[in-house]
Amino acid sequence: MGNRTVEFELNGEAVRVEVEPRTKLVDCIRHRLMRTGTHVGCEHGVCGACTVILDGESVLSCLMLAVQVEGRSVTTVEGLSPAEGLSPLQASFRKHHGLQCGFCTPGMITAAHALLTREPDADDDRIREAMSGNICRCTGYLSIVEAIREARAAYGGASSMPAGEVAAQ
Amino acid sequence: MTIVKPVSGPVVGQPIERLEDLRLLRGEGRYVDDIHLEGMLHGAVLRSPMAHGRILSVDATEARAMPGVHAVITAADLPGHDHPDGVPTIPIRLFPNPGMDPFRQPVLAAERVRYVGEPVAFVVADSPELAEDALDLIALDIEPLPAAVTSENRGEGQPALYEGQPSNRVWGYNAKLGDVEAAFNGAPYTRRERFYVHRHTGITMETRGVLSQWDPVAGTMTSWGAAKVPFQNRKMLAQLLGLDLEKVQMIEGDAGGSFGVRGEFFPEDFLVPFCARMLNRPVKWIEDRREHLLAISHARDVHCDIEIACERDGTIRGMRVRADVNIGAYIRTSTTITPRNVSMFVPGPYRIPNFASDVAMVVSNKSPTGTYRGPGRFESDFFRERLFDLVAGDLGIDRVEFRRHNLLRSDELPHPLPSTAPDPHDSELDSGDYGHMLDLCLAKFGWDEKKRLSGKRIDGRYHGIAVGCFIEGGAAGPAENVRMVLEDDGKVSVYTGSSAVGQGVKTILTQIAADAMELPMERLQLFHGSTTYVKEGFGSFHSRSTVMAGNAALIAASELRSQILAAASELMQAPVEQLRYEAGTVCSEAGATMELTALAGRGIAYEATFRNSKHTYTNGAHAVHIAVDAETGKIEIVDYVGIEDVGRKINPLTLHGQAVGSIVQGLGGALLEHFVYDGEGQMLSGTLADYLVPLATDFPNIRSQAVELHPSPFHPLGAKGAGEGGTIPVGGMLGNALADALADFGVQPRDLPLSPARVWHMVQQGRASAGRAGEG
Ligand code: FES
Ligand code: FES
Repeated sequence: MGNRTVEFELNGEAVRVEVEPRTKLVDCIRHRLMRTGTHVGCEHGVCGACTVILDGESVLSCLMLAVQVEGRSVTTVEGLSPAEGLSPLQASFRKHHGLQCGFCTPGMITAAHALLTREPDADDDRIREAMSGNICRCTGYLSIVEAIREARAAYGGASSMPAGEVAAQ
Repeated sequence: MTIVKPVSGPVVGQPIERLEDLRLLRGEGRYVDDIHLEGMLHGAVLRSPMAHGRILSVDATEARAMPGVHAVITAADLPGHDHPDGVPTIPIRLFPNPGMDPFRQPVLAAERVRYVGEPVAFVVADSPELAEDALDLIALDIEPLPAAVTSENRGEGQPALYEGQPSNRVWGYNAKLGDVEAAFNGAPYTRRERFYVHRHTGITMETRGVLSQWDPVAGTMTSWGAAKVPFQNRKMLAQLLGLDLEKVQMIEGDAGGSFGVRGEFFPEDFLVPFCARMLNRPVKWIEDRREHLLAISHARDVHCDIEIACERDGTIRGMRVRADVNIGAYIRTSTTITPRNVSMFVPGPYRIPNFASDVAMVVSNKSPTGTYRGPGRFESDFFRERLFDLVAGDLGIDRVEFRRHNLLRSDELPHPLPSTAPDPHDSELDSGDYGHMLDLCLAKFGWDEKKRLSGKRIDGRYHGIAVGCFIEGGAAGPAENVRMVLEDDGKVSVYTGSSAVGQGVKTILTQIAADAMELPMERLQLFHGSTTYVKEGFGSFHSRSTVMAGNAALIAASELRSQILAAASELMQAPVEQLRYEAGTVCSEAGATMELTALAGRGIAYEATFRNSKHTYTNGAHAVHIAVDAETGKIEIVDYVGIEDVGRKINPLTLHGQAVGSIVQGLGGALLEHFVYDGEGQMLSGTLADYLVPLATDFPNIRSQAVELHPSPFHPLGAKGAGEGGTIPVGGMLGNALADALADFGVQPRDLPLSPARVWHMVQQGRASAGRAGEG
């Protein structure tokens, strides 16, 4: 009843999908287009698990309706993953153990990608601030900040690790 | 039992990057809501809006008639509703006792509702949205009853939850060591305190979910979404559905965090498969965040009266504990653990020769409780460490010296813990040098330099420090199984009954098995996450997977190697004694060699069981430096140091991750997280905007270090369960550091959490009484 057709670009591919006007973007991506990398942790804009990139900006896909992205370009974690293996940002998360259960991880990757694309020189404070909308219950964030800091080089930013405690000792 | 040598090799002890990560980082994880089955329907739960009340009627006529709705079930639709035993109830998994049966939770409330969020009906519809819409059409008539909200003083004076029960104290535990009466008689110094640890729990980022599929031809039920203890839940489900065990399969997939809370048997773990069979269609139910905050196992909420007797030199003669644990409305699968642990673990790593505890389980109209990281131990450590600082102050003894003086020495280990009853499970502290761990912590923290900051006001903020010692129990029995199979391509498959809930179990077990088989990690493939892989599994709780499954892997590898030699002996026509296994090759004394691929098709496989009734005790010390803004009450963690002796590090990378995550979760519990209820039993923290968990900006200054000085003497691997230790001491540390910082105001926190509003309030009270003292 009252379904609408939406056309947009998902990870560089044109998609066309019929949705109810009330369908959220995240549900459309997960359950209609079956890209399940984007997660739902709260449905009310607090946890960041559903973060996707909309025309270069990171947005919370649980707070948007699918019909709002008509004609726009959406990138999810799948779109940031190379055909095989890991992107430098993803590899840095692995190296620094920036994930445990992995549930918050796709939102972390999309949010960090959006941050470093704009601010490749973001320092620790800025990284923490920019990532404060993404809740991780497992890691305590230390390793996530280290992972993002080291990935700056891949975005043309500062690459050196400041002296400090090394992760594993 | 096969004798196995401790494994040593190239990968155990290395910071190996996790095998799990590749999929998870690419967004290819398979969490329960990622699974779509053909013809799948969706469920939604109608929950009680009231904390306490008598159900007069549940009328689902209109909801059932709604297009797109396939079923609405209420207690009246469940088998047994007309039976004297009533609707099915959730079994108690840990330390059950027939005396607890009246307090088990029915899968749907039948006559009474006892907490906000209690399931009353279950709707199945074409989509989650339709199922939710249908909930609004169910007419629920409940006659309200006054709510019981506190467990203080055994819940005396609170409305009764269970008819025919004399009080809300429904169960309890008593533990003892030595003669506590004698210790208090004639003691030169005693002190008594009352403390409280508030209600909070291990919110997981993935909410719970269940997807079930019934196969009418085979008569089998398959359920996805299991975690932590799939084998035990399978038994419960089989029993509740009246199916044979082998007709029920539980599939784990990826699980978005556990911390002890996810994976227990909840009402939905019955409701979803029950409807899937009834409708002969796959049914999926995914919890939303508000439901999660109400429906997941809650934890803590413990009042404690604690008393200590000492000599003038600070030697502890004895301690007495009387605690009231607010267990919520029902006794569920793991509810018994917190009260049991509070009864046993208040002494911690210290020499308390005489001890007695009396811990009550008190029901209330709040969500039922279960285990959460450091269950009963976080509480015990808060009570003990807070008391110690007060006592040291009274006696004029330095707080570090007071602890050092009373810590158990290595030559006093093993040392028995107080034995609790009923249903005792005796345990002893295994090995370690607790005093040395304290010294390591003080040195790393820089205690001597930071000491002068105690109570100082710098740039408008007050500084305080604290240090304390802890033990963490791990490696709960009874057993774990690992099956190893030599495949035709020369790879070794490893199947385990342990669960993966984000702690990197796959990587860790692969490391252990690789070294035991002297093979590179790529030659091993690890399987877990289905109840079909091994005959029995015991799951992931009580920091047990590494120790239990790790040792089972050592046994399996040892047996596999014998089988390999025996088979090679036949093929190579050489006596076994003249053969040796070396890094995946069999070599004979005569110089002949044979690769594992040559042994294809010979059925080389072994399923090993590692049994263990002895717990391991990781131990260590924490120290913290805080700065407090007296005007806002905000506490900043300037430095936090945690040191632990884990016996044996399998993977320093994952271990460090567990330790830091655990400390930050402890900080969340001590400072931010709080389930607030009003007097009517309504929960006021129903969103993540009200129930505050740590964010990236909150606690940047955490340092954690693990050492491996005292391997467990009880098993070949030597590792001790780790992963909860970070959380356990945090409440006590923060309470003591706050008292240290605000000494000028005479602040002595006795309750958690130390949220800004509460800290500000303590400062105001301190100012007021200082003002009065000044006037007088
Ligand atoms: S699901 Fe969108 S912010 Fe939590
Ligand atoms: S890795 Fe589990 S929530 Fe972040």
